Amino acid sequence: MSKTKVAAKDGWFTLDEAAPALIGSRCNGCGTYAFPAEQVYCKNPACDSESFEQVELSRSGRIWSYTNACYQPPAPYIPTTDPFEPFALAAVELEAEKLIVIGQMTPDVSVEDLKIGMPVELVLDVGWEDDEHQYMVWRWKRAG
Amino acid sequence: MHPWGKWGKPFVEYGVKAAREALADAGVEWREVQFVAGANTIRNGYPGHVSGATFAQALGWNGCQISSNYAACASGSMAIASARNRIMAGLCDVALVVGADTTPKGFLAPTGGDRPDDPDWLRFRLQGVTNPAYFAFYARRRMELYGMTDADLAQVKVKNAKAGAQNPYARYRKEFTLEDVQQSPMVADPLRLLHICATSDGGAALVLCSREYAEKKGLANTVRIRAVSTATPTYPSTHLEMPDLATDSAAVVPPPERPFRSAVVYAAYEEAGIGPEDVDVAEVYDLSSAMELDWIEQAGLCGEGEAEHLLRNGDTAIGGRIPVNPSGGLGAFGEAVPAQAIAQVCELTWQLRGQAGPRQVEGAKVGVTANQGLFGHGSSVIVSV
Ligand SMILES: [Zn+2]
Repeated sequence: MSKTKVAAKDGWFTLDEAAPALIGSRCNGCGTYAFPAEQVYCKNPACDSESFEQVELSRSGRIWSYTNACYQPPAPYIPTTDPFEPFALAAVELEAEKLIVIGQMTPDVSVEDLKIGMPVELVLDVGWEDDEHQYMVWRWKRAG
Repeated sequence: MHPWGKWGKPFVEYGVKAAREALADAGVEWREVQFVAGANTIRNGYPGHVSGATFAQALGWNGCQISSNYAACASGSMAIASARNRIMAGLCDVALVVGADTTPKGFLAPTGGDRPDDPDWLRFRLQGVTNPAYFAFYARRRMELYGMTDADLAQVKVKNAKAGAQNPYARYRKEFTLEDVQQSPMVADPLRLLHICATSDGGAALVLCSREYAEKKGLANTVRIRAVSTATPTYPSTHLEMPDLATDSAAVVPPPERPFRSAVVYAAYEEAGIGPEDVDVAEVYDLSSAMELDWIEQAGLCGEGEAEHLLRNGDTAIGGRIPVNPSGGLGAFGEAVPAQAIAQVCELTWQLRGQAGPRQVEGAKVGVTANQGLFGHGSSVIVSV
């Protein structure tokens, strides 16, 4: 029996594996975006709106900066491999929303492959699993 | 101060040692102290969360008023501000500020337990983003934008290790060569082990008093706190900050003219009525070697993208035009979270009094500190003779 795929953090991204997207918010008062989505109060100090529309953020962006983890991060991180394999991390700028989101790169690339300004797109991957579930997380993947 | 290290003793011991040393240095009796401002540590149970009371009790209850301050790495500045504000309001004449910590080994990680709504927990669980990963994002930007090299990163460490070797309170008293640093293992590309500050045990304390009190008591060799800034960001904060996985959006509201870190220090300049051109010595928050270069620019000590030039020229070394981190900085000390913003002011005090020995910045009259705590806590203190 296959395991059920669930989001590692409910409501932060869609589980559409072909074209996943981060779920953010657009304020109905001032139009500003936020990720993770605002639930109650707008963070714009000039806006007292308490009403938001959930929006799927741009699925692609450009690398603002990047690095890697040469050593296993401490708990609560759950490593995906044993022994630990270094992974690359990218901070990606979404042009329309003008915000930066951090994510691990897919394991097919290492830090030497990355450049600032490189286009990437959002994909889903298994972060960790238990007997019944696969907990999905977002990753950035080199575009094209 | 209590020397930084990995002593494994209760944090209270370090704080009390630092406090007693500060009181003796000032020539003030503990029983005269009317206010204690503690800088909290969250890693040492309940006593760490009520640090003002913890230190007051350990020094021997004297009936004073207290405050306990938490602002992550900026807790020390918040404690200084708390004591200074009380003095300036005329509610007290003499106060004691204390911060101390005992830290676990390795990366700073969130405290235990499942907290899926805490951004500090989520960044580790969902993406494995450690503190050095953030420092590395900033460092990679400097390489791309301003041409910082691996040798520049190593040079910051060599400079600060040389200063730290002369500082009896520093944890690391060893000098390094460029080669030593460039051969240390990569942790978060482009940052190597010797580019990133460790976590330490340590304690620091200050005695603050009103000018009238100092005159009445005939206290010698005092320095003046001219400004304390604990500024927060202005929306939208477009710089990636720990522990967030995303920045604010600048799609609708344009970013502020002065980015956060720069705004923190300029708020202090404004309060002091001086500018960066008046500064003789600076203690900045070098979580990584690259962040020392960032802060030099954010504090206005040179233009954007010019810090590498200052470094290569020797301008930021002791004996240079504008010495930065003559204490040895976090590179030589390591982070003892609640103590470090206080320790920066201790160093400036010795520098301004001409008591820094082999680390002395000749003729230093004005000093500035820059530091920052998780969750939007700015920290900058200006001290002058
Ligand atoms: Zn709004």
